[in-house]
Amino acid sequence: MMGLLKRDLALAIRAGGGFGLSLAFFLIFTALVPFGIGPETGRLSEIAAGLLWLGALLACLLSLDRIFQLDWEDGSLDLLATSPLPLEALAAIKALAHWLTTGLPLVVAAPILGLILNLPGPAFVPLVLSLLAGTPALSAIGTFGAALTVGIKRGGLLLSLLVLPLYVPTLLFGAMAATRGAQGLDPTPTLALTLGITLGCVALLPFAAAGALRINLR
Amino acid sequence: MALSVTDIACARGPAQVLAGVTFSVAAGEALILRGPNGAGKTTLLRTLAGLTPPLSGTIEHADGAIAYAAHADGLKTQLSVAENLTFWAGVFGAPSITAALDAFDLHDLASRRAGELSAGQKRRLSLARLLVTGRPIWCLDEPTVSLDAGNTARFAAAVEAHLATGGSAIIATHIDLGLPTARTLDITPFISRRLRQDDPFADALT
Amino acid sequence: MASIWEYANPRKFMGTSAALLPWVTAIAALCLLGGLVWGFFFTPNDFRQGSTVKIIYIHVPSAIMAVNAWFMMLVCSLIWFIRRHHVSALAAKAAAPVGMVFTLIALFTGAVWGQPMWGTWWEWDPRLTSFLILFLFYLGYIALWEAIENPDQAADLTAVLCLVGSVFAILSRYALVFWNQGLHQGTTVSTVGVGVEENEGVSSVFLYPMLTCLTGFVFLFITLVLYRTRTEIRARRLKALIAQEQMA
Repeated sequence: MMGLLKRDLALAIRAGGGFGLSLAFFLIFTALVPFGIGPETGRLSEIAAGLLWLGALLACLLSLDRIFQLDWEDGSLDLLATSPLPLEALAAIKALAHWLTTGLPLVVAAPILGLILNLPGPAFVPLVLSLLAGTPALSAIGTFGAALTVGIKRGGLLLSLLVLPLYVPTLLFGAMAATRGAQGLDPTPTLALTLGITLGCVALLPFAAAGALRINLR
Repeated sequence: MALSVTDIACARGPAQVLAGVTFSVAAGEALILRGPNGAGKTTLLRTLAGLTPPLSGTIEHADGAIAYAAHADGLKTQLSVAENLTFWAGVFGAPSITAALDAFDLHDLASRRAGELSAGQKRRLSLARLLVTGRPIWCLDEPTVSLDAGNTARFAAAVEAHLATGGSAIIATHIDLGLPTARTLDITPFISRRLRQDDPFADALT
Repeated sequence: MASIWEYANPRKFMGTSAALLPWVTAIAALCLLGGLVWGFFFTPNDFRQGSTVKIIYIHVPSAIMAVNAWFMMLVCSLIWFIRRHHVSALAAKAAAPVGMVFTLIALFTGAVWGQPMWGTWWEWDPRLTSFLILFLFYLGYIALWEAIENPDQAADLTAVLCLVGSVFAILSRYALVFWNQGLHQGTTVSTVGVGVEENEGVSSVFLYPMLTCLTGFVFLFITLVLYRTRTEIRARRLKALIAQEQMA
């Protein structure tokens, strides 16, 4: 199992692995916001926490179709499915690898991008904590979506359509925690709810993803 | 019997392609599957590998006995030859990849990226993966595609060695591999082109 | 005694649904016509909301059916998973566009009603927003059915999506309440009772036409789903016959 994680991380980092693309998208998204909203720092700082959450979510979405698609195309998914590794473990590791290569860098980048959006001082810690608590759920849900659409040619758009409504609760609670922090309110209850969603997703969705993979490989 | 197949029917999507397939393969035995293009060799092998459930009939073998090698090589082009093999060795719990590198003469290529290999070299790497699975029953789909004569012989030798240790192999191929002990099974008589027997809507509109 | 599962046999289903359809269609037409005419022309205007309140006879039943259609799809998906009844899978497929249209009607009539009442077409209120999200779920579900060629595979994958989606839909519903306490009035139909004051719950003058409309919408849903399931069964059979032709 560690071998698969190591392989996926190595593949992500090497040429053509797409590591950093999501991060670059996040940067560009954040940089474009003032062009759409206007440069007044007061207004930007009010919506910065929510925007950063939205940007992280969209950046996460971009890289989802790579989770299983590449292994499907080159035939390794068939081989993995006939290996001793249970598909549930495969799905869980894929989600973990996705989080380590996409979610975690976004969490690290968010406070830096918060500076250019004038994120209020007290919001930094809640923002990072809420992203840390929420992005694993985004990876787990995304892995499930990727497993559903793995057999579909050019399924990227469909994948977004399926996954975005599933992202709603995570986004609501995560962004709320960050925004409450920005307003000087206690973010703990919403943080706990975000974490709750993540724990539920991480515990249960690999089973659903494995089921979808099994159906798709038939 | 290492593997015994009794009266199975295989489907590809909504269509049944093979029916009444019965055969068995003993330890130390190789079975060559033959049949025209599109007869259903790949479907049969996928069914044996457990990827596609059979429509009917039974397949008996020990748990986790089957190593499947598909048409596609299943290689990661950004990883080196050794890294590709080490990964699969890790998945299957094999201690070392040296024997696999030996069998397909891959030592010189070990540090090359798989993406830089020729089609035949990729095939050799993908076949070397079978040795690190440590599994007794090989199900191989056109294993010799893009191999030259020398490497085809190397592959045959690897199969022979595998059989000698009590393994078995089921190989779909069109060429003569030069395996003296191999039996041949022509699947043409099993071809059964029609809608799946279990089509629930067969009499819906009558 | 005949088991209820007998009706899951496609042939039996075709026969039974053909016999039932004229009746359910007639009930749907009668209830809808009667209920809407009753509601629109023979009930007093609300003392605060005026005649705009009458859109309630379309708005509330379609909103109720929008949610119930998804629930029916969930039940059908479970039946498909557990008992592998193909008619059940096709019924779920058939219900999705109907449910989606009910959701759209609820959203549209809500906007039309909300404009004079709240002074806005749209408000990010938990109820409105959860219907918008329900609409997205329908969209994804239908798109997944369309994207997969093999019908059994499509049935399996959409059923997985329906199960997981249901959990997330409920989660979203409660997350939205937490997110924004809304403008939308609470559910009033269920709080009716004899002698209830006029501004609490719906008085019986409004209730009976409402229940008639609701019955009409339920039967309209049944009618449409039966028709669409029959069409799906025929389409499936046709596809099989074409495939057979090509194989020969």
